[in-house]
Amino acid sequence: MNKLMSIADVVANLTDGMTIGIGGWGPRRKPMALIRAILNSDVKDLTIVAYGGADVGMLCAAGKVKKVIFAFVSLDFIPLEPFFRQARQSGSIEVMEVDEGMLLHGLRAASWGCPFIPTAVGLGTDVLTHNPDIQVINSPYDDKEWVAMPAIKLDVALVHVNSADQHGVCQINAPDCFMDEWFVRAADKAFVSTENLVDSDHFYQAEQANRVHWERNHTTGVVHIPGGAHPTSCQPEYGFDVEHFKAYSRAAKEGGFSGYAEQFINNQDEQAYQSAVGGLAYIQSLALPVY
Amino acid sequence: MTVETQQFTLAELMICAAAEAFRNDGENLATGIGVLPRLAASLAKQTFNPDLMMTDSEAYMLAQPNPLGKRDGAFVQANESWMGFARIFDNVWSGKRHAMIGPTQIDRFGQTNISAIGNDYQQPKIQMLGVRGLPGNSISHANSFFVPNHNKKVFVEGECDVVCSIGYNPERLPKGYSFDDIDIRLVITNLCVMDWNGPNKQLRVISLHPGVTFEQVQENTSFALCKIADLGETAHPTAEQLAIIRQFDPHNQRAMQIKGNPDGLAASVQG
Repeated sequence: MNKLMSIADVVANLTDGMTIGIGGWGPRRKPMALIRAILNSDVKDLTIVAYGGADVGMLCAAGKVKKVIFAFVSLDFIPLEPFFRQARQSGSIEVMEVDEGMLLHGLRAASWGCPFIPTAVGLGTDVLTHNPDIQVINSPYDDKEWVAMPAIKLDVALVHVNSADQHGVCQINAPDCFMDEWFVRAADKAFVSTENLVDSDHFYQAEQANRVHWERNHTTGVVHIPGGAHPTSCQPEYGFDVEHFKAYSRAAKEGGFSGYAEQFINNQDEQAYQSAVGGLAYIQSLALPVY
Repeated sequence: MTVETQQFTLAELMICAAAEAFRNDGENLATGIGVLPRLAASLAKQTFNPDLMMTDSEAYMLAQPNPLGKRDGAFVQANESWMGFARIFDNVWSGKRHAMIGPTQIDRFGQTNISAIGNDYQQPKIQMLGVRGLPGNSISHANSFFVPNHNKKVFVEGECDVVCSIGYNPERLPKGYSFDDIDIRLVITNLCVMDWNGPNKQLRVISLHPGVTFEQVQENTSFALCKIADLGETAHPTAEQLAIIRQFDPHNQRAMQIKGNPDGLAASVQG
């Protein structure tokens, strides 16, 4: 089955009110080209599930978001995501704030078809008081109570990978795939943007196949977009764009999101975006971060 | 008898005090979040607890801690194993970990907040990071806290605005749990070192940094503190410790962590 599609094809699969999971972590390997396409679409009232960064911040700032399910929203080297902050401080979004691991449990439960996964994580904290719908249950095996972390079922997952073939076999060459495999498995449909489009025989080598973290029957569509994670990183190919993120953060104080969007997003396709930020060669030259 | 051979900064004194948190951890994963806690864990591993485990803050376990900041091209980090983000939880929830973080708020129960400030959760006054992994850390393994600016905004009255981590609060203790299930260790601040071993798990001062008085610590804390009987001065860094700190912080990032980078012998006179 040939699963290659365009960015427009992905957006055509999205409808108002969907729950969308976004892979990556903070400023790392976010499917930003797909996020920009959503920002340029009419889709709204989304519930966003993410280990959040600028993906969450931009969608909130553009008024696309009804609710965010999150453990953090951060750009790492800029700890506080400026537009997510503004959305929260204006009270304009609903939230379900959970521990990083609870979020993983929720995705795993959805992936496995379980209504919940029991965990001690969250006990004694405001994760429970602020999410009264998260139930605490008695264990049948001991006298302790447990949090029943509910499944977080996704309508759609959006992730960005290093390489993929036309059948939806996806490879992540970065040191870590983060939780992308669980976002993909938890979703009815998973759309992948990829730096490189490879022939299927690329995976004949075990060292390549070892970097495939989910099976192609969980991949719905593949879009070839080199540089598509910018301004987030896509290790080992490029780092995150520090200067771009600094300007993005400044925009939150000076003029708000509309100025940033006017410059980099509104009515622009990915080619125009990449020209505006310095070109694909510039993106691919961005130094990898040192932690 | 210790002979003073070198000057040291308050940041260096705090690194050495924080390293003590990891002294008896044995073969546990030590996670110091932020420049000074990370240097503390590195120092502990290089000196009195070589069995400590550390990560590269990304996806690998390290046999030797990485120095902070840019490293030259010849540097090869000493990977011990892969440990991706999802796998970190498997280790965290097994209990064999000790994390040291710098919360925005700490209350008298040892509960902490890094999520948001303000009384209205639906519309916080200041949105911060989110709870991150604190709920899981706090109920799974040992935790210590690092406070670069000890004041009443950090050590708050009442409870934290958003309780991100479980502490010694009887009102919030889950069914079947006791205080023995919760393990909060040291609090290292720019004024003193404290633990939670006072009566009923009250916060207790166990050493004062040079020039600091107990009264000064109490004045900068919104709830009542107690102190150990023979309250003395926080141990000064040794020449060996200072050399190791310099090795792991070649760009002197530690100098940027405490406002004004005060001298270690003059902690009490800082603004």
